[in-house]
Amino acid sequence: MYVAVKGGEKAIKSSLKLLEKKRKETGTKSIEINQIKEQLSFAVDRVINEGSLYDKDLSALAIKQSQGDLVEAIFLLRAYRTTLERYAYSTAIDTSKIIIKRRISASFKDIPGGQILGPTFDYSHRLLDFSLMREDEINSYENINNQEPKNKEFPSVIDYLNNENLLEQEINNLNDNPFDVTRDPMKFPASRDQWMQILARGDEGFLLGLSYSAIRGFGSKGTHPFVGEIKYGIVDIFISPDELGFEICIGEIEISECQMIDQFEGNKNTPPQFTRGYGLTFGYNERKSMAISIVDRALKSEGYGEEIKFPIQDQEFVLYHADNVEAQGFVTHLKLPHYVDFQGELNLIRKLRNEILQGKKL
Amino acid sequence: MKTGFNFAYLDEATKRMIRRKILKAICIPGYQCPFGGREMPLAYGWGTGGIQVTASIIGKQDILKVIDQGADDTTNAVSIKNFFKRVCNIMITDRTAEASLIQTRHRIPETTLNKDQIIVYQVPQPEPLRKLEPKEKETRKLHAYKEYALMHVKLYEEISQFGSVIKTWAYPVETNNRYITDPTPIPKFDNPKMNNMEALQLFGAGREKRIYAIPPYTKVKSLDFDDHPFEIQTWDECCSICGSTKSYLDEIIINNEGKKNFICSDTDFCKSNLEKNK
Repeated sequence: MYVAVKGGEKAIKSSLKLLEKKRKETGTKSIEINQIKEQLSFAVDRVINEGSLYDKDLSALAIKQSQGDLVEAIFLLRAYRTTLERYAYSTAIDTSKIIIKRRISASFKDIPGGQILGPTFDYSHRLLDFSLMREDEINSYENINNQEPKNKEFPSVIDYLNNENLLEQEINNLNDNPFDVTRDPMKFPASRDQWMQILARGDEGFLLGLSYSAIRGFGSKGTHPFVGEIKYGIVDIFISPDELGFEICIGEIEISECQMIDQFEGNKNTPPQFTRGYGLTFGYNERKSMAISIVDRALKSEGYGEEIKFPIQDQEFVLYHADNVEAQGFVTHLKLPHYVDFQGELNLIRKLRNEILQGKKL
Repeated sequence: MKTGFNFAYLDEATKRMIRRKILKAICIPGYQCPFGGREMPLAYGWGTGGIQVTASIIGKQDILKVIDQGADDTTNAVSIKNFFKRVCNIMITDRTAEASLIQTRHRIPETTLNKDQIIVYQVPQPEPLRKLEPKEKETRKLHAYKEYALMHVKLYEEISQFGSVIKTWAYPVETNNRYITDPTPIPKFDNPKMNNMEALQLFGAGREKRIYAIPPYTKVKSLDFDDHPFEIQTWDECCSICGSTKSYLDEIIINNEGKKNFICSDTDFCKSNLEKNK
């Protein structure tokens, strides 16, 4: 009679074996980590973002181990990240000093330094390429006439608006101890550093849906923002150890950045200015950086004194539910046994029904 | 045995941070203390808060018991025990009386706990007012002002609609005459065990990043009204294995016609009771 609860240990062992079998069932060649890194680079970049650890090798490993379940891969990387010691905080990166791979503005036709399309699916036709079904054993590519941009300085496009005071100034209130969402529990009202970190590692699908809701009509202004500038490239990371007293470069990372220009604020006394939203991600995650910039702008609503009407403007709604490691864990916990609690409900519903049915008979 | 991880997985600085929060929580019984919860290699909602609390206080001499729904051998309890075996290499037991540290999900053991034991609850939602007020900003204020009318009105409404309070698990309690506290989704059957318990009760909510505590010998009162006193569940049946009439029973469907049997939810209690009766 104890079948229902016995045998957990054995069942887990078998389940893990079945999972491994699923990966190896038909005896195909094992995928190399490098192949994942190179040929599934967008998946790798999504996992380093939401896993919030810039390590493309481990990201590829996580994708392999999770058999392509990216939310699971993100979880694996997070659980590894949590064991790493914190040596230092880097100084803020300077995205104007960038080895640029892509840079576009939708607000200006031409910009100093030029519009650089770079690698993008944007103008590909979404037609299945059947030639990929049987590709050469070793990947090679034709040398394209790739004009490497000579510039190393790409000042932010929207700074041109700044010069005319048309754009709100981002008040530089970043202190020496920025909020750290991996160390501090959530706080409300949330500060911008806090929400930017949560958005950077938030679920791409969730943020995409939220940002879509805002520009479709469930947003603060219900209108259409403008892409001031999108950048994808490589920037240096610096730390400034106390014992040295100066900055040293410890490496470089790929980033995607989006500067969004939004509707203006102002009144009789304050001349109107455009507002802005900002999005930054690890790796090549342009879509997500755009979504973040829209959510960022919406979360600033409270600061502008705008009425909080829609989910995207609600700090607690957005920030508590953006993390997919938390979300997937809690949603899937429903498959854990709940028979003790359900027994309580059964016990009660029978009692309530009995009381009513017997009452009626009387 | 080398595991490749620090003893109990978390680094020592993190454990110290959590222990400080635990001390704070003990000083303010029932107060939800925010803490810098870490990601764990088990999923949120599957016991990460309890695991972090356990990992922070566990020592090499400890004997650990983990239960889920009262049972020692449910899959998630087994999985958590395997985790601690792997990262601590400590003694594990099924015997409530033998354990120095008990991590639980949804039950308090039937065997009375003593002053040398600590019970760690896994907490899905630490905020008892969350279903009545979704905003953290607001609920913190309500606790600070001891403004609990919302909860009393909710219980009153249930009585007026159904004739009794219809909360059968996670039945709210008042700790030390001060904070309304979520007892976690234990059946209300277990609530009276929390009152004046000799053992230290610790509560860890990983996803929500809160720790709270009920120190030994603290008054814990299930909310009720004078004319509708708090009641626990009862059964007409007894356990079909050990014959107990005093324990919380699980219902098991044993054939296609839906015939049911009742058995103790606490597997260790059931086993001991059976041995005793032999």
